[in-house]
Amino acid sequence: MIDIQELTKVYGQTTVVDKVSLTVEAGDVCAIVGTSGSGKTTLLRMINRLVEPTSGKVLIDGQDTRSVPAHELRRRIGYAIQGHGLFPHRTVGQNIGTVPHLLGWDAARISARVDELLDLFQLDPAQFRDRMPNELSGGQQQRVGVARALAAEPNILLMDEPFGALDPVIRAKAQEDLLAIQKRFNTTIVLVTHDMEEAIHLGSRIAVMDGGKLLQYATPQDILANPATDFVAELIGGDRPFRLLSLARVASLVQPGEAKGAPIQASASLREAYAECLWSGRDALPVSDNGQLIGQVSRADLARAAARPS
Amino acid sequence: MSIGLVIRLLVLALLVVFLVSPETFAFLFEPLAKNNQPVIYNQGSLLDLTLNHLLIVLIATTLATAVAVGLAILVTRPFGAEFLPLSRSLANVGQTFPPVAVLALAVPMLGFGTAPTLVALFLYGLLPIFENTLTGLTGLPPSVTEAARGMGMTGSQRLIRVELPLALPVILAGVRLSTVISLATATIGSTVAARTLGEVIIAGLLSSNTAFVLQGGLIVGALAVLIYDGLSAIERALTRRTGQGARANA
Ligand SMILES: Nc1ncnc2c1ncn2[C@@H]1O[C@H](COP(=O)(O)OP(=O)(O)OP(=O)(O)O)[C@@H](O)[C@H]1O
Ligand SMILES: [Mg+2]
Repeated sequence: MIDIQELTKVYGQTTVVDKVSLTVEAGDVCAIVGTSGSGKTTLLRMINRLVEPTSGKVLIDGQDTRSVPAHELRRRIGYAIQGHGLFPHRTVGQNIGTVPHLLGWDAARISARVDELLDLFQLDPAQFRDRMPNELSGGQQQRVGVARALAAEPNILLMDEPFGALDPVIRAKAQEDLLAIQKRFNTTIVLVTHDMEEAIHLGSRIAVMDGGKLLQYATPQDILANPATDFVAELIGGDRPFRLLSLARVASLVQPGEAKGAPIQASASLREAYAECLWSGRDALPVSDNGQLIGQVSRADLARAAARPS
Repeated sequence: MSIGLVIRLLVLALLVVFLVSPETFAFLFEPLAKNNQPVIYNQGSLLDLTLNHLLIVLIATTLATAVAVGLAILVTRPFGAEFLPLSRSLANVGQTFPPVAVLALAVPMLGFGTAPTLVALFLYGLLPIFENTLTGLTGLPPSVTEAARGMGMTGSQRLIRVELPLALPVILAGVRLSTVISLATATIGSTVAARTLGEVIIAGLLSSNTAFVLQGGLIVGALAVLIYDGLSAIERALTRRTGQGARANA
């Protein structure tokens, strides 16, 4: 659990982060969104003390982060940044093993962990372990960057626009990988992005920042339904109904009954189901789960789910 | 084997043969020596002078490297940052002093011989190495230094594991520059009685013997080219090994 209390950072005359308080529960994914210069990166970097706060404090599992030396704190917290920051003179394996090495793990344990992570990120260890970072594609570099951040099995992972430099297809894949890994290890993640779509997709809670202030901190549903200010509404943009639909799964709207045509997976999002209704001109779709038909979902129900919550 | 390498090996071989047995090449210098002047330098062994010349350069450059790299590390640490501008201008001022002036100033303090030459070469060698080390240490990609901090490396771990290895090719370029300057400057040392290849050139000038002047000049020139090339090759290999090809070429 990360407990941020009245955190403030002042550079000269400018207050870059202004009395921000928020709590990220263990296992949550907190997505910080906001326009450029709103203080997202500064807020994130105060968590692992890459930036020392002017005032306020950060507690991790109840312990004040200032009670341990900064470098020890950072070894316990994973950190992945845009442009990955891989060490160009170290192999992929050495890069991933950086923090375990600093923590004094023995060589056998480090190399086992490196291979495990490479596997997890679908990079064949035999092929990639001894490559240099400049021999990887952008997407592979980014995965190695995240693998490195996770190497010492941190409970907390901080990410600053980790997918910013990736093309949309690789980006979507990287997001899925991250969510899968997050679920598997129940990692608490704080992720900075300026992309609301990404925040809604990844975040279990979204923190909206503007001019150093925290405008709203709520679940994606809440933010979409009740944006706290006009600025938040503007940040969400015009396609709120579709974003709302993308948050829920078909399973939540399944009704008994039959419908014609190709079935849709229960795990698909409502948005995909609605798109399929419109595209194939059907009023209802059969729903299947693990190859078994379990009922149908109707276009009318989908449309209702997209309406402004009351 | 590339043509360049063959030529370099050839130059090296010629140089070694010439130093060991200069008489072999007497026929080449014959036309330059007027009215019965000696054709080949005869006031000492060319090999000895060359080795002494190289030794002086080696000592001066090694010391200059140690001091310049050390200083550059100090002024790029947080506690030394305030000395950065000062040290930069000091080193620049040092460079504007002609080496002859340094020699002239050092002689009254250190007497004639090798010592004032060493001091001049040392002072002279500092700046290129200092500048390059600064460039290397401060010009690292921000995402890399940021990552090193974010991973929880301490200051000295960052220096040794990330900053110095990545800056090494640039530092080495400074050492190369400094070495070549020293090789040339060391010849002036013989005006204050240091035993360097300058003796050969000066002996030639004093007796109007062009053959001597040419012999001294050629040896220094060949040494400079060979050493410059050798260090360049090491640099390129390092740059490749540190995966910075793109950066170094930029
Ligand atoms: N070291 C610093 N010194 C002075 N000002 C700084 C410093 N670091 C950041 N700032 C300023 O603080 C403000 C917030 O910066 P920050 O990097 O936190 O923004 P951000 O929300 O991450 O923006 P972006 O989306 O562009 O990354 C900016 O106006 C920036 O210029
Ligand atoms: Mg930022």
